[in-house]
Amino acid sequence: MEVALEDNSLMDKVLPPDEQEIDVELEAKEKKYLRGEGANLETLKDKKLKTQLASREKLYGKSAKAAAKIEKWLLPASAGYLETDGLEKTWRVKQTDIAKEVDILSSRNQYDIVLPDFGPYKLDFTASGRHMLAGGRKGHLALVDMMSMNLIKEIQVRETVRDVAFLHNDQFFAAAQKKYSYIYARDGTELHCLKERGPVARLRFLKNHFLLASVNKIGQLHYQDVTYGDMVASIRTGKGRTDVMEVNPYNGVVALGHSGGTVTMWKPTSQAPLVQMQCHPGPVSSLAFHPNGHLMATSGKERKLKIWDLRKFEEVLGDSSGDYSRYMSHSMVKGYQIEKVMFRPYEDVLGIGHSMGWSSVLIPGSGEPNFDSWVANPFETTKQRREKEVHLLLDKLPPETIMLDPSKIGAMRPSRRKERLTRGEIEAEKEVAVEAAKGVELKKKTKGRNKPSKRTKKKKELVENAKRTFPEQENSAAGKKRRIGEDAAAELPACLKRFARKN
Amino acid sequence: MRIKTISRSVDEFTRERSQDLQRVFHNFDPSLRPMEKAVEYQRALTAAKLEKIFARPFVGAMDGHRDGISCMAKNPNYLKGIFSASMDGDIRLWDIATRRTVCQFPGHLGAVRGLTVSTDGNVLVSCGTDCNVRLWSVPRPSLEDSDLSSEKSTEPSAVYTCKNALLAVDHQFEGDLFATAGAQLDIWNHNRSQPVQSFTSGSHSVISVRFNPGEPDILATSSGDNHISIYDIRMSSAARKILMRTKTNSIAWNPMEPMNFTAANEDGNCYSFDGRKNEEAKCVHKDHVSAVMDIDFSPTGREFVTGSYDRSVRIFPYNGGHSREIYHTKRMQRVFCVKYSSDATYVISGSDDTNLRLWKAKASEQLGVILPREQKKHEYNEAVKNRYKHLPEIKRIVRHRHLPKPIYKAKAESRAMNDAKRRKDDRRKAHSAPGTVVTESHRTRRIIKEVE
Repeated sequence: MEVALEDNSLMDKVLPPDEQEIDVELEAKEKKYLRGEGANLETLKDKKLKTQLASREKLYGKSAKAAAKIEKWLLPASAGYLETDGLEKTWRVKQTDIAKEVDILSSRNQYDIVLPDFGPYKLDFTASGRHMLAGGRKGHLALVDMMSMNLIKEIQVRETVRDVAFLHNDQFFAAAQKKYSYIYARDGTELHCLKERGPVARLRFLKNHFLLASVNKIGQLHYQDVTYGDMVASIRTGKGRTDVMEVNPYNGVVALGHSGGTVTMWKPTSQAPLVQMQCHPGPVSSLAFHPNGHLMATSGKERKLKIWDLRKFEEVLGDSSGDYSRYMSHSMVKGYQIEKVMFRPYEDVLGIGHSMGWSSVLIPGSGEPNFDSWVANPFETTKQRREKEVHLLLDKLPPETIMLDPSKIGAMRPSRRKERLTRGEIEAEKEVAVEAAKGVELKKKTKGRNKPSKRTKKKKELVENAKRTFPEQENSAAGKKRRIGEDAAAELPACLKRFARKN
Repeated sequence: MRIKTISRSVDEFTRERSQDLQRVFHNFDPSLRPMEKAVEYQRALTAAKLEKIFARPFVGAMDGHRDGISCMAKNPNYLKGIFSASMDGDIRLWDIATRRTVCQFPGHLGAVRGLTVSTDGNVLVSCGTDCNVRLWSVPRPSLEDSDLSSEKSTEPSAVYTCKNALLAVDHQFEGDLFATAGAQLDIWNHNRSQPVQSFTSGSHSVISVRFNPGEPDILATSSGDNHISIYDIRMSSAARKILMRTKTNSIAWNPMEPMNFTAANEDGNCYSFDGRKNEEAKCVHKDHVSAVMDIDFSPTGREFVTGSYDRSVRIFPYNGGHSREIYHTKRMQRVFCVKYSSDATYVISGSDDTNLRLWKAKASEQLGVILPREQKKHEYNEAVKNRYKHLPEIKRIVRHRHLPKPIYKAKAESRAMNDAKRRKDDRRKAHSAPGTVVTESHRTRRIIKEVE
């Protein structure tokens, strides 16, 4: 019995060569499911905690392995691709060529809808990609079921519509109209008029937090919780009017592109931006985020497209490394001005909203082939949609969880008790403060009395104030005589150490 | 040129007939779930709050005795029944489901000090301060008992007298011997009227006795001169003896790890020992502020319940230093005995106010039939709460318990006293020559010595 068991374990370790390759692949996938590295348990002194955590880490390893195997063997569909042989370039492949090669279901996804009267169209898709909302500038709002190509509802609001956004599912959508924004139900009834925001230029919905974010014509950012209607934050950006706003799906921060070429990132709980990046010499024309949250693409009016790494806030050197190059191109009919491009979730389809309506083109490889029913289900029934809404509400995150690095949530911060600074450190800090005070340049007043003696007096006062925040030095200097010298402190026995001067 | 695009046909992804279940597809890729950690934290917070909302541990009280309850016994063969005895000699068999007396066993003249049931559930042994040991035959539970308007009473099947008052009794597992504790430790057989074996040690009386569930010949006793002794009845004297600083009121063996036992001590702590190695306690369980009167292990061996003189019942993990749960009521006075039910769901406490109280072992547990999806949800909530229970927001909610004012004040006082003591010891140590002042670990602090 025991011998047989040993044999089995040996067989597990020595695999045939092709299976060994698969092993490497599986390991790479496993890494993704491990979500980072394990904790360092060597530094723990508590034995019970150590064994408990060690057994947990083992469990994580096992579950990552199981998930990697499921991904390899059990997923129903595989990703789309476009492969050319020989010298043919992928960007020369036209949509008509693609239509010839793919099946009927996919070729139904290529179409052009011509609606010349109602102005440039903005698009939005629900999270599952099943429903689409098209909003024309001249007031035409249309809710379409993409799977059956059914027009669910269309309304004419008879006002300028600048942007449209779905809320958490297809039952509610928001439209940014001429003076205010409005929230509509699926059957076209106007539910709310959002007066506080003013004339909105861009509307975006943060799914996990149920926040409707918008930037208006004055350059103010508004965040509103749509579950109970409270305005969570109104932020004056101070950078003027902009209509370039995108949400980073990884961490929920809102990025604005400004006319000076800067991109600023905001969170609702602070009045100052989290990050300010100078991206372009001229105005920023649009922004896009990678779903994993590490990459951002910006384009400027100087006809340049840049890709940024958001961990280091540096530009990714695209062309030279060859990672980013042109994949496909599609030329629109002459005279069409493109207003919005948006990939449809879970499908290899790109929706284009333009001045004569909207179009849809096939981009093989752009969609996630395997959806998870609990995250977003394109084949949802009414019951499932209702249950999902309740679960989404239960899992609603508070606005404080929006931060640049969301992995900090649920992590323990090492507790550091504030130690008393040594004398050397205090000195250094004092120097820094005094230097800062001396470096402050006082405004030279031209109106009124501006005697040089008064200016020097004022400067001296500033330096005095800086010094005054470090009072301990004076006290310790007074008690110098009674205290034992620093050199002798090291040689003192433990019981007398408290009489030595703290060093 | 090879092109492939995603094309999903509707029938592959939806159900065929309306009787089928809906199809569910999984993709565990973390990139599909942004902010999953924050969502999990939010769920842990909600789970912690829900647990507190549903925490209703008190099920009911069993009323009937006319004097304070001195001891209880579980029937190993019958889950619903529990025996209890009071200070005026009244022994009753209770049906826990209906919380009513099934049968009474009158006969004792003084306080009944010990109750135990044989392993096959047929014989109930009781002993008391009237120097008697009485054996009763336990009535078989039948369908007639369900309409309980009559409270039956039975005659003892045997009465044995001895010279001194008896303080405790326990029955051997899978055997027909039982041990009584009084002036000395006696081992009896059901059929003999005199003890088969006697152990005397010193001049102090033996307070409590408990047989080991794993080894039927080993038993642990505690005596009034602060000793804990382990006896093997095949030998003539104690196998091991531990001398503590204060007396032990009760001992319980861990049913899943029969070499370990936990002793409920007069100083408010419970000490878990390894029966083979007695120099230091395996774990010190500290949370009671007054003497711990009784202790009983859960059949899972993972928790034990203690009842204390400070009017509270606490549930401890078997290897943890602090209690997981505390139960108290304004009406419950000094708790003299506790039992953990054999299905690990309930805790029964008998106290000075003549009532037996039934509590849930897990305060927010949903009793009754639970559907499998509900069960899974409960398990998920438990797991996600345990994952984040060390973070401040959730820790505050999970740890929060309302303590009665006397216990709260006593704890604050003892904390202040311990802090002061520790500070003084640290300073004494710092001001003495290194190595002269040695701090004792808590596990050895209360043990004076071990005697072979």
